[in-house]
Amino acid sequence: MVIALRNLCKSYETAEGRLDVLRGIDLDLGAGDSVALTGESGSGKSTLLHLVAGLDRPDAGEIMIGGRDISKLDDSGRAAYRRTEVGLVFQQFNLIPSLDVAANIAFHAKLAGRHDPTWENELAERLGVGTLLTRYPEQLSTGQQQRVAIGRTLAARPGLVLADEPTGNLDEANGDAVLDLMLSLAKGTGSTLLMVTHSQKLADRLDRQVHLRSGKIA
Amino acid sequence: MSVRSIAIAFAVMIITSLSGNQAPSQGFAGLGSAAEGFSVPQPGRPFHFPVDHGAHPDFRIEWWYLTANLEAPDGTQYGAQWTLFRSALAPGENKGWSSPQLWMGHAAVTTSEDHFVAERISRGGVGQAGVVAEPFSAWIDDWQMQGNAVPGADQLANLTLTATAEEFGYELRLSATGPLVPQGDNGYSVKSAKGQASYYYSQPFYAVTGSLSLPTRNVEVTGKAWLDREWSSQPLAEDQTGWEWFSLHLDTGEKLMGFRLRDEGEGFTSATWITADGRPNPLPAGALRIVPVRTAKVAGRQIPVSWNVQIPSRGFDVTTRPLNDQAWMSTSIPYWEGPIAFEGSVSGRGYLEMTGY
Amino acid sequence: MTIWTVAAALLSHWQRRPLQLGAVVLGLALATALWSGVQAVNAEARASYARAAAALDQNELAHLVSPHGRSIPQAVFVRLRRAGWNVSPVLEGEYRFGTARLRVIGVEPLTMPAETQAVDRRNAGELLSFISPPGTLIVSPETAEKIRRQTDLALRVSDRMPDGAAFVDIGLAERLLRREGELTRIVIAENQRPGLEPLGTLAPALLVREPSAQSDLEHLTESFHLNLTAFGFLAFAVGLFIVYSTIGLAFEQRRPTFRTLRCLGVSLSALAVSLLAELFLFALVAGAAGVIIGYLIASLLLPGVAATLEGLYGASVTGTLSLRPEWWLSGFAIAVAGTLISSIQSLLRLMRMPVLAAAQPQTWGRSSQTGRRFQVLAAAALLGLSGALILWADGLRAGFGVLGCLLLGASLLLPAMLSGFLTFMQRLSSGALVTWFWADARQQLPGLSLALMALLLALAANVGVGTMVSSFRLTFIGWLDQRLAAELYVAARNEPEADRLRAWLATKVESVLPIVSVDAEIRGQPMQIFGVVDDPTYREHWPLIVVMPDVWDRVASGEGVLVNEQFWRRERLRIGDQLDLASDWKATVVGVYSDYGNPKGQVIAGINALTSRHPQVSRLRYGLRVQPDQIADLRSSLSDEFGLPPDNIVDQAALKEQSRRIFDRTFLVTGALNIFTLGVAALAVFSSLLMLSEMRLPQLAPVWAMGVTRRDLALLEILRTLVLWLATFAAALPLGLVLAWVLLAVVNVEAFGWRLPMHIFPYEWVRLGLVALAAAVVSVFIPLRRLAGLAPSELLKVFANER
Repeated sequence: MVIALRNLCKSYETAEGRLDVLRGIDLDLGAGDSVALTGESGSGKSTLLHLVAGLDRPDAGEIMIGGRDISKLDDSGRAAYRRTEVGLVFQQFNLIPSLDVAANIAFHAKLAGRHDPTWENELAERLGVGTLLTRYPEQLSTGQQQRVAIGRTLAARPGLVLADEPTGNLDEANGDAVLDLMLSLAKGTGSTLLMVTHSQKLADRLDRQVHLRSGKIA
Repeated sequence: MSVRSIAIAFAVMIITSLSGNQAPSQGFAGLGSAAEGFSVPQPGRPFHFPVDHGAHPDFRIEWWYLTANLEAPDGTQYGAQWTLFRSALAPGENKGWSSPQLWMGHAAVTTSEDHFVAERISRGGVGQAGVVAEPFSAWIDDWQMQGNAVPGADQLANLTLTATAEEFGYELRLSATGPLVPQGDNGYSVKSAKGQASYYYSQPFYAVTGSLSLPTRNVEVTGKAWLDREWSSQPLAEDQTGWEWFSLHLDTGEKLMGFRLRDEGEGFTSATWITADGRPNPLPAGALRIVPVRTAKVAGRQIPVSWNVQIPSRGFDVTTRPLNDQAWMSTSIPYWEGPIAFEGSVSGRGYLEMTGY
Repeated sequence: MTIWTVAAALLSHWQRRPLQLGAVVLGLALATALWSGVQAVNAEARASYARAAAALDQNELAHLVSPHGRSIPQAVFVRLRRAGWNVSPVLEGEYRFGTARLRVIGVEPLTMPAETQAVDRRNAGELLSFISPPGTLIVSPETAEKIRRQTDLALRVSDRMPDGAAFVDIGLAERLLRREGELTRIVIAENQRPGLEPLGTLAPALLVREPSAQSDLEHLTESFHLNLTAFGFLAFAVGLFIVYSTIGLAFEQRRPTFRTLRCLGVSLSALAVSLLAELFLFALVAGAAGVIIGYLIASLLLPGVAATLEGLYGASVTGTLSLRPEWWLSGFAIAVAGTLISSIQSLLRLMRMPVLAAAQPQTWGRSSQTGRRFQVLAAAALLGLSGALILWADGLRAGFGVLGCLLLGASLLLPAMLSGFLTFMQRLSSGALVTWFWADARQQLPGLSLALMALLLALAANVGVGTMVSSFRLTFIGWLDQRLAAELYVAARNEPEADRLRAWLATKVESVLPIVSVDAEIRGQPMQIFGVVDDPTYREHWPLIVVMPDVWDRVASGEGVLVNEQFWRRERLRIGDQLDLASDWKATVVGVYSDYGNPKGQVIAGINALTSRHPQVSRLRYGLRVQPDQIADLRSSLSDEFGLPPDNIVDQAALKEQSRRIFDRTFLVTGALNIFTLGVAALAVFSSLLMLSEMRLPQLAPVWAMGVTRRDLALLEILRTLVLWLATFAAALPLGLVLAWVLLAVVNVEAFGWRLPMHIFPYEWVRLGLVALAAAVVSVFIPLRRLAGLAPSELLKVFANER
């Protein structure tokens, strides 16, 4: 999935007044690229990620994904975009507590219309949660939950994987393992990967790094 | 049952029936009111016995009033009272509940320590209370004054008197040792200078035997009793507020009835000197003089309980003292009524009634 | 000082969550309001009975009565007085002042015991006008209004008088009732002098009726008040569901605050005291609001209750409410008690909480597996108990016991059943969203189950009571058709007129049915004996339940009598039993007829059998059989010929209409309480949904992030709520029907003395369903608007790392 961001701006109204979070971002990602988005706390990395994910709209600028500007899409258009083209992995794993592991993994794939039990089983096996399929999220450890979250994202074979500190809640060993898995699986599905992290060590493992400072690419 | 509330009502009732509205304090118990529609006593009317022993429903008020000075074998003094009042809301009599006659009974026993009082109240017409002239009977509920004389004889010559209340009771047998005595002018007893009057006769010569039942003991007693019969429609003048009434058994066998009606001025006194064989000598107004000697606090008021009683024309000068200062009749129309003894020019016993305090 | 700091920290929670605060206060206020409202209505009615009993029946005193309800000669009273007994005579009966029928109670004020004073004897004017001709009627203000123009007698108004009765002097009573020298009873005062001759010797023909602890009215209406109380309690319980769940939530959400406070050195006891004080404050505020709302509810309900009591029992209750201080107190007490009951679990949990417990609130309302199992077991036990009560216990209280166990058991069972249903639906579905829909509904269930239980109770009560009332109505209307067979009812004003009327009618109508009755006392109960002629009207129409062969022949011959259902059940009579109607009158029970709306027993005998024993009985009223097209003509010629006022000629249709109106008015209160309860239940669901919506974001955000629009999410939320409502409604239907059965077959029989067939009214369910649906939509509307209008940034916060 080819991504082109042009002059992306976003600001929020806060109690202290207007806060310009992004001030003209230009960024290009090629298909299958993996890019680390780094920067200080408050530099706008998460906001940028949310805009690319279609969770929020920019104040100005273009978000060209696969040749169309998703910032021009309406609510349901963006929902469809998220459903079919984007996979999200967050620091909080945001599994659906009422569904068991298997259903969680299958959830996004089903929404995207790409339900593939074989692929989902394979993913579960590779993520090491194959024996936990009938468990519920609250019965899993943090590491297991993040693996399920990654499984859910990749099961839908999204063209674009967006990750926000996916290993932030994990200890280092677990974090490395999870990241390895995610990178290799993303490569395997040919997904483009944009990952927010403030860990230089993690960033080093991706194809490219983009550093944000005060809403601009440094 | 609240004896008190009934009795108060009884009293005020009389007032209202007389005046048509609630004018207060028309003398004691409303006795000083006009007599519209009712018969009025006339002088010169002779008594007809036994008919006159019975009720006179055309007159507003009437009573059968008996007081007894009694003594136990050990010399202890007692007093007993039995009274039946009749009061008419309207003249005449109807059968059943529509009778306008109301009846009220008072009974009391006085000892030197205690004074027991009871009251009964009843409608006329249904037989709960009433008086029959021959064979004589006066009753209210289970209290009774029953004549035992054979027909033709004086119906009041022999009486059985009973009253029973929650605390006390008595049964007395009375037999007359002298004749009936008309008071005033052959039974026409003037009550004020304005001419208010009543029909009035007495039987002051009863010898009594009987028994008293008191909360702590039953006592056999003997003694003397005095019956007053009086009926009228307007016995008091408007300004008369109460009276002192003496009935005295002199040790000489003579009897004296005397009263003073109080008003704003001197008062109106009247008395009858009765010889031992029962001849009445009515004394002129003013012949009787009474002066209080001692007062006592009774039922929250100061009441003169001891009197100096004089009839100078007869050389009569005695001082009375009550058996019990607190002989207060806590009935609907409250008054003082109790046995007394007297000493002075002559001694004896008797009864004193004081109203309007 | 510390306490204030702590309190401020704790109270700040509510400032940030005004909705929770509102739910607690409103829930508590409503619970208090319904409870104290019903209590106020009951108290007012009971006060009325007490007043009536004190004024009319002198129930605190013993009486002398005649064994067969005959009159007592006045001489007996005099004999007793003259034997020293402190007794007072009473003569009472019905008297018609124009159109108003009054119970005329003749008393003798001079002997009347002070306990029962109707006339103030200290007021001589009052006493005098009371006993002197022409006489005075002492009546309630309402009655005075009714008869003011109907009588020349003086009226004195007394607030202490019950409606429909008048105190008069016994002499006046004799004249009005034309019963000279007769008494109906003799009151025996409490204080008597010692040494009296026994009453048995003085008045051997009379019976002493000892004072009863309860007045007849109180006894008769007990069931009705128990009914109201049960409803009030149900509403209270439903209200407490709100409070319980909200307080639970507030405690959970403040766990971090508790932990922080305790880490800062606030002792557990100080914390507990602060929380208790906070709860107490809520209880006071809500209690005050509740008492005020309760007062409004009560004043709204009271006229209906008065109408019901009048219609069902002939009991007269003043339609105005007086504020009693004890009522305020009890309102506050119940508010405090309710708060404590609702918060005790949360407080206990707090006391057991270690200082360093997890600061994150646990999933709110999540019931553990064991908890759920316990609930199911308890439900089974309760349902079993209610079954056992139906089989082996009887009495009104047992009937309500059945209802209580049934409702509580069923509501405890509800979460498990709903959970099973949702699991089943989830299994059936395959699509991601559909699966999620069911799974998520199940997820929400613990948080909603209390509210849904409340809803179940309210819906079931609605279905049950609705079915009962409608069944009753249907039966009643059918019964009216049978019972009111004559086309026209006419009442003469006096006996000579009645004679002329009879003669005149003989040629004009198909048949003339005299309506004659006497008051009697049978088996110690006050009753009426009616006399009927042998006429096809009765043979064809009279609503008989159980009969002997040739029943009407036996009645006509005087050998047999019919009894009404309530007397039959109360006395456990059987067909063929001998009944003592009077000392010289025995008859066989040959049939039982239904007699709805009559609290008293009734007997129907052949008219000859009745009049031969009561020759003086009044024969003023007649039912007339005529062709329907002649009714109008007959009516007008009756009023032309006899000058009868319109009130004296009533046609069947008007009578039926009137009966129907009385019936409908009778159950207004029940309906109103039903609506109130349903409203509170809807509020419970609403507040639960509102609370849930606050914690829904983390559950919804990921689904939104994965590409489901907010609009779709909102739609799904509506659907989910509706499904839960509908599932609860579906569960409420069978429960309501069982409830209706218990009401009809157990409670009614005990309460009124009649058993009714049950009818099903699906149309009413649809209506109730629609009402419930509307309530559901309303209850989900506000939480939903919040969700649909949510800015993406709110949802994004869920994904923020810095939490």
